[in-house]
Amino acid sequence: MLNEWQPACSIENLRLRAQVFEDIRRFFSARAVLEVETPLLSHSSGTDPQLDFFTTDYCSPPLQHTLFLQTSPEFAMKRLLAAGSGSIYQICKAFRNGESGRFHNPEFTLLEWYRVGFTLPQLMDEIAELMGVLFSGHRTLNPTQRFGYQEIFHRYTGLNPLEFSYHDYCAYARDNHMPEAVSICGYDHALWLDFIFSHNVQPQLGENAVCMVYGYPACQSSLARINEYNSQVTDRVEVFVNGIELGNGYYELTDAKEQGRRFDEEMSIRKQTNRPVTVKDKHLIAALEAGLPECSGMAMGLDRLLMLLANSASINDVLNFPIHRA
Amino acid sequence: MASYSTNEFKAGLKVMLDNDPCAIIENEFVKPGKGQAFNRVKIRNLKTGRVIERTFKSGDSLEGADVVDVAMQYLYNDGEFRHFMVPDTFEQYQCDEKAVGEASKWLKDQDSCTVTLWNDAPLSVSPANFVELAIVETDPGVRGDTSGGGGKPATLETGAVVRVPLFVQQGEVIKVDTRTGEYISRVKE
Repeated sequence: MLNEWQPACSIENLRLRAQVFEDIRRFFSARAVLEVETPLLSHSSGTDPQLDFFTTDYCSPPLQHTLFLQTSPEFAMKRLLAAGSGSIYQICKAFRNGESGRFHNPEFTLLEWYRVGFTLPQLMDEIAELMGVLFSGHRTLNPTQRFGYQEIFHRYTGLNPLEFSYHDYCAYARDNHMPEAVSICGYDHALWLDFIFSHNVQPQLGENAVCMVYGYPACQSSLARINEYNSQVTDRVEVFVNGIELGNGYYELTDAKEQGRRFDEEMSIRKQTNRPVTVKDKHLIAALEAGLPECSGMAMGLDRLLMLLANSASINDVLNFPIHRA
Repeated sequence: MASYSTNEFKAGLKVMLDNDPCAIIENEFVKPGKGQAFNRVKIRNLKTGRVIERTFKSGDSLEGADVVDVAMQYLYNDGEFRHFMVPDTFEQYQCDEKAVGEASKWLKDQDSCTVTLWNDAPLSVSPANFVELAIVETDPGVRGDTSGGGGKPATLETGAVVRVPLFVQQGEVIKVDTRTGEYISRVKE
């Protein structure tokens, strides 16, 4: 308790953070990607059924509004894209209530960027280049790996993630000493995939290498576009190093109607699971109606990246004041 | 008993799992950026001592277990039960061999130890980390050997067998680390 005023991380790791920020800014500046800043406070929030928000009260008498702290800058950045900003990036804080652990702090730092005209494979090329720049001088990585979700899931489990077989999934859970999965997941295909992937697939990914997994099952599409040639998968990529999830990217959905439908669906799931009610972002729907350019976007957790660069076992080693000291 | 949600799970917390009292050893929050949050928990069954891993959906809860560690004095063995007493209150508890378990080989009358109670009934017994016990049987040492090189087995008054240096003789009292079962030193009486 006596030392709680002091930063949790070393001064060396403060410098490392500054260095990484500088490298990122140089990387995007050289590619003519514009740095932007968007509000942390918003009148609306995402509808992601798995996220909890921080809210605060905005007093402007006689009115009082609830404002949300962003869980990611995605919606504001898409509004800029629709307004003709061209490719953009930002380094900002994001907030997710209740997320705390070795790899989570409820307030964390995101690098988010959007590339106008990029398809998912082009975005993946750029991710690999950026990671090469950021890791150079810290760690020599093995060559970057790219796997389809179905292929990598099957390799480590023998299961097909695109076809839900209750019987096979239950048998797998029993054979792999996690019978509790049966009662937790029931008949929820997406939940089964989260369970099995995070327990038995993810820890194996990217041993001292950047590993990109693309083509997530359509039931885990979120804001990604469904693949043009295979409607069972979505144009979404996740990046892993040493089994740690670093980020998530999409070939972005530009269809306002489809987006509105997914919002409604997610909001009804939130209702069923008794999560706090959220407000649909009308501005984003309007921006999509006005026309979001074809683009791909990526969000990367910089604290976890710093953990990897500093060889840290806990996110607290790279944060100056993690939540319990904030 | 109160119930505890996954975000309150921390090392040392005692909870009920599958009708047995358990202690949490480690709790890891696992959450895909887009997906369900889980807690992977390492947990020790306090009845069997076995450690298992179990996953919970974040937000789920477990009932607390009324488990406490109490410092007691070992009194005697009546052949069926061993009897312990809380020195401050003189309250007595009797434990069967199952609850005493491995501790039995280190327990000497009057020694202090820790008895873990579940719903006020003894669940397990832990001896003190260091105990001093007399050697009741060991081969005579080789004359001139003071180093303790290979050592020899010695049977202690409680029945435990430990390896001691060759110079240690029958009838002597030795100090033993009960966590490793290793000889530490001779005790001068």
